Parts: sequence; structure tokens; C-alpha cells
Amino acid sequence: MNLALRDIRYHRGRFILTSIGLGLLLGVVMSMGGIYRGLFADALAVLNFTRADIWVVQQDTNGPFAENSRIPEETKYRISAVPGVAEASPLSFQTIQIERMGKPFRFYLIGHDLNGFGGPPLIIAGRNIRQKHYEMVVAKAMRMEIGEKIHLGLHDYTVVGITGKVVSASGDPAAYVSLADAQEIQFKKDNDAIRNDRVRIGANLAGIPSLSPAQAKFLRQNIAGITESTHTVNTVVARLAPGADLKEVQERISRWNHFRPISSEEQTKILTKGMIEKARKQLGLFRIILLVISAVIISLIIYTTTLDKIRTIATLKLIGSQNRVIVGMILQQSLLMGVIAYGIGYLLISLTYEKFPRRIVLEPSDLQALFVIVIAICTISSFVGIRKALKVEPAEALGG
Amino acid sequence: MYAIEVERLTKIYGKGETAVTAISDATFQVRPGELVAILGPSGSGKTTLLTAIGLINEPTHGKVVIDGAAVADEGWLPGLDLKRLRREKLGFIFQAHNLIPFLTALENVMIALEINRLTRREATERATELLASLNLGHRLHSYPTALSGGESQRVAIARALANRPKVILADEPTAALDTENGRNVMALLKKLAVENHSAILVVTHDRRMVEGFDRIFRVSDGRIVGEDGNGISRDFT
Ligand SMILES: Nc1ncnc2c1ncn2[C@@H]1O[C@H](COP(=O)(O)OP(=O)(O)OP(=O)(O)O)[C@@H](O)[C@H]1O
Ligand SMILES: [Mg+2]
Repeated sequence: MNLALRDIRYHRGRFILTSIGLGLLLGVVMSMGGIYRGLFADALAVLNFTRADIWVVQQDTNGPFAENSRIPEETKYRISAVPGVAEASPLSFQTIQIERMGKPFRFYLIGHDLNGFGGPPLIIAGRNIRQKHYEMVVAKAMRMEIGEKIHLGLHDYTVVGITGKVVSASGDPAAYVSLADAQEIQFKKDNDAIRNDRVRIGANLAGIPSLSPAQAKFLRQNIAGITESTHTVNTVVARLAPGADLKEVQERISRWNHFRPISSEEQTKILTKGMIEKARKQLGLFRIILLVISAVIISLIIYTTTLDKIRTIATLKLIGSQNRVIVGMILQQSLLMGVIAYGIGYLLISLTYEKFPRRIVLEPSDLQALFVIVIAICTISSFVGIRKALKVEPAEALGG
Repeated sequence: MYAIEVERLTKIYGKGETAVTAISDATFQVRPGELVAILGPSGSGKTTLLTAIGLINEPTHGKVVIDGAAVADEGWLPGLDLKRLRREKLGFIFQAHNLIPFLTALENVMIALEINRLTRREATERATELLASLNLGHRLHSYPTALSGGESQRVAIARALANRPKVILADEPTAALDTENGRNVMALLKKLAVENHSAILVVTHDRRMVEGFDRIFRVSDGRIVGEDGNGISRDFT
């Protein structure tokens, strides 16, 4: 006869409620783990979808995700020419926040060369960008319809396609436009601003006393060009030819002195170690705190249910039952509660994780590890109850 | 052979100034099939005597032999498996019937059998039979809270009898029952002593409950001060 099950059957209401409570707690622990993994997945989304071997960025910077990196668009030609490089493509990134339907609307705009790579990783509805201008592919999370228009910079952009779960390192959904459009949105000012700039810079430069009148004139004429130059990108990504040596290619690009070639492995490190390290630690710590709380709660539950059973335990001892019968009853109950609570937590999180505002990634290995931890906690927690139970004297069964 | 042999049994609780001698120098024997009452006022040491014989309260001095097995001589004898002796040789019945609340009547009896290594089938069979013989055939699947006091006590008796023990120890088995139920329980014990050939030791402080017992020990202040047996009163003092 299984005493643990009989007791649970008799006190099923209490047992179910306790398990649900514990299940909710474990659900939170699981979601913490999922958020933690989601943070990684988000941080690395653009990096991974781009599938580049090398990210060429401005010298002395950590690349487009960590800080401002500006390099001329033409760099792509020089990089394509490096032996070992199969293709190179420029990319620009900018976070845009506008007002849409009365609410702040934030997204991550990626400009890419329509003939290169780094564009939308997949199209789940509609089509990819075909026109050089004013077309846009947006991530599903932006909740925009195909055909919808959005005003950015000086023009309206039409959504022609929807892509999957591409987000910026901070979790903003991504939108893709052509590089030229992205540059225009980023750099092109309206006509007043251009005129103002032109006058201001021109006046400054022309006023330099050491310039000859001819030089000053020449400058003034060219200022328009300088202030309107938009052929700047944040990075040029490159893929290597099969068999090419990454180190060697990086060596070569470094030698030009204006660029830093970051391998995708280094880029991963920059993103995970640098940018989300604190959030990661915070979540990790929180997860540990929650597990400790779970452990304390489980111990308390086991301890109090053992106290409730002191008389039963004393009676069992009195009629000569072996210790293993008593230990088994407490341990099995504890484990069963852990397993059921885990199941409830898992059910809860698998039903809800897609509705979280930020990505939750449920890694089977994390879930398995948590299961092992829960089992360990239940086992250890039941020791407090078992210790108490083993100290019960059979004589305690006597008396009113 | 005696079912119970007690020689100069003494139990002292505590040490030094606070020591309480709950029972001192008790000597007696009980034969199989004998129904014996221990009668005495509150605090006289009845429970102490019963629990010392019941292997749940270590005697301070003296010898105890249960069903031919020496268990105590100036304390427990070394190397004893007290639990095993309890489940094989002894049956307990108490005032508060001590049924396990989350087990049905049937399961309460079965548990005693299962911890004594009977298979589930054997246990179910014997427990059902036993409960039926105690007029509880219709309450097999009731939980203790749904049983009356008398029914509960009968379930407890069934559990005590389950392993066909040589010795049954009952501490105030009728205290929680009305007179009629009390008499019924006593009559049942009497019947069992005869049928099962078990020695039954019943503690009570109610004189009215002990008619028809083979022997009656009177306990006062930790001493057995007299014995009434077969209608003849013999005083030890
Ligand atoms: N665990 C204990 N520690 C100390 N003293 C105890 C203990 N148990 C009993 N005593 C004392 O031993 C004496 C005998 O107690 P016991 O319980 O055997 O009496 P009893 O005859 O069963 O009384 P009652 O009829 O009230 O049940 C009492 O003075 C009691 O206070
Ligand atoms: Mg007593």
C-alpha cells in the first residue's frame, strides 16, 4: 500500500492547491530562464541572420551594435577584392521611434544592398523588396499589414512583406529597407536644414583667414556635396570563400588602418559579454533567488505536513513499521509534489510564452536542468520532515 | 510457556531530583489465552507498565520476556529488533483509537499486515475477513472520521489482531465509548482471548468494565498492590 498516495488522495484539495502554487512559482523560474535565453537570442538575432564571417567596422570601435561605427559605403569594393572574401555587402542600422496611431512606435531599421546580403532572412507573407525605393519588409512583431504605409524621414514607405522574429539587441522588431532609403532616412535633412548647414559651414570655412580667396570659393562650392554626402554605412559584412583563412583576411583588412575586421565570433562576444552581461547576471541572480524561495517553501510544506502526521507516524512505529515505510511516505510525497508542480509550471509557461512582450526561449536543456534541480530540492527538503519523523517516539501514539 | 513474564520491573522517568518512579518492582506472568485487567487510579503507572511490556518504553530495571523471547534485563537487551518484535508478537489497542486518518477501515487493518510482509492479496483477504467477523463488513471503505467511536475501536482491534499476536495490550480501550459500547468491546476482547489463545492485558480505571476477566491487577503508586483472580482476592501486601 502506498501511503504517500493514500494521504494525497485523502487530502487532494490541499495537495492540488499547494502544487498549483508551487507550479506557478516554478513557471516563473522557467520564464526567467526563458527570458535569459531570449535575451541571447534577441541580442544575436541580426548577427546570426546575417550569416557573415567578418564585420568590418570603423577603427577603434566595437561595431554597429555596441557603438557608432561609420565607414564609407565604397569600402565594400575594397573588401570584396581581398583574397579569400567571397562577397561583401554594406549594412546600416538605426533605431527609429515615431508616433503611430497615437502611441510611440519603435523599431530597428536595417538598410541593406538589394544585390548583396543581410536582407530579411525569410519572407512569411508578401514578397521581398524589389524596388530600389520606398518599399519595406517588416518583422511580424511590428504588427503591420502588407500595403500599409509609414512615413519616415521625407517619404512614405510601403510594407511589401513580413519577415519572422528579427529583433535588435534591445528587443525592438526589425524593418528592412534598401540601403539607399536607409541612408536617406538617416542622413537626409529637409531642405531648410540643408540650407542652414550649408550657410553655417560655408561661413565658417570661408572665414578662415589663411585661405586664399580662390580656395574659399572652391570650398563654398563643394560644401553642398559634403553636407549632403549620405554614402556612409555602419558596417560592411563579408563572407569568406570556402577554405579561406579568417585570420589572414582579418590581417589584411587591419593593415589598412582605417577599419576593424570583427569576426562573427568576436561579435558574439561583444554582444553577449558586453551588452547584455548585466541583464544576464540580474536574471541569473533572480533565478537563484526564486529557486531558494521554492526550496524554502517546499521544505516548509513538507515539514508542516509531517507535523500533521506525527500521530500517524507514531502509530506506524507503534505497530512496528519499518523506517523505510515512513521515510518513503514523506519522500514520495515531496517528489510527487515537485513533479506535479513542475508539470503545472511547464504547462503554464508553454501556453503563455508566446504572449510575452519579449522573446522567451525555452531550451530543453534548461528545462531538464530545472527538473533535476526541483527533484534535488524536493529530496533535500524532505530531509527536514524525515528528520522530524524519525525522532517521533511510538509512545506519542498513546493518549488522547 | 508464559506469554508475558515480568520480573522486578521498574521504570524511573528522569534523573536526580526530578526522577519519578512510575512503576516499581512489578513481577507477574500471564499465560496465553488469559484476559488480565490492570486497574488503578490516574497516575498510578498503568500506562507505563503496559508500554514497558509493549516495547515502546524502556524499563529501567528488571526483566521482561515476551512469548519466550527475553527483551529486557536492566534495559533492552542488545541487538533486539524492537519494531519487528512489535509487529510480530504484539497488538496494540488504545483509548484514542489511533486509526490512520487517510486510510479506510480496510486499509487501516491491511497496513499492519503489509508491514509484516504479507502480499496485498493476502492482506486484503485477511483484513476483510477480520472486519467482517467484527461486524464491520459494511464499513470496509469508510474513513475513520465517518466511523462511530465503537466502530473505530473495533477497527483498531482488528488491526491489533491482524498479525495474530501472542500478546495484545490495550490501554483504556473503552474510555472513549459509552457504557454499552464499552461492554461490547470488553466482551469482544474476552472472546478473542479464548479463540485466539492470546494473552490480553487491558488497562482501565473503570471497575465496572472488568467483570469476567481472568485476573485483575490493582496498581497504586507504581506498585501492584493486589490481584483478584477467579473471584478470589489475594493481597500481596
Ligand atoms: N514521559 C514521562 N516522563 C516523566 N514522567 C512521566 C512520563 N510518563 C508518565 N510519567 C509519570 O509517571 C507516573 C505514571 O504515569 P502513567 O501514565 O503510567 O499513569 P497511568 O496510570 O497510566 O495514569 P492515567 O490513568 O491517568 O493514564 C505519573 O506520575 C506520570 O506523571
Ligand atoms: Mg494511562
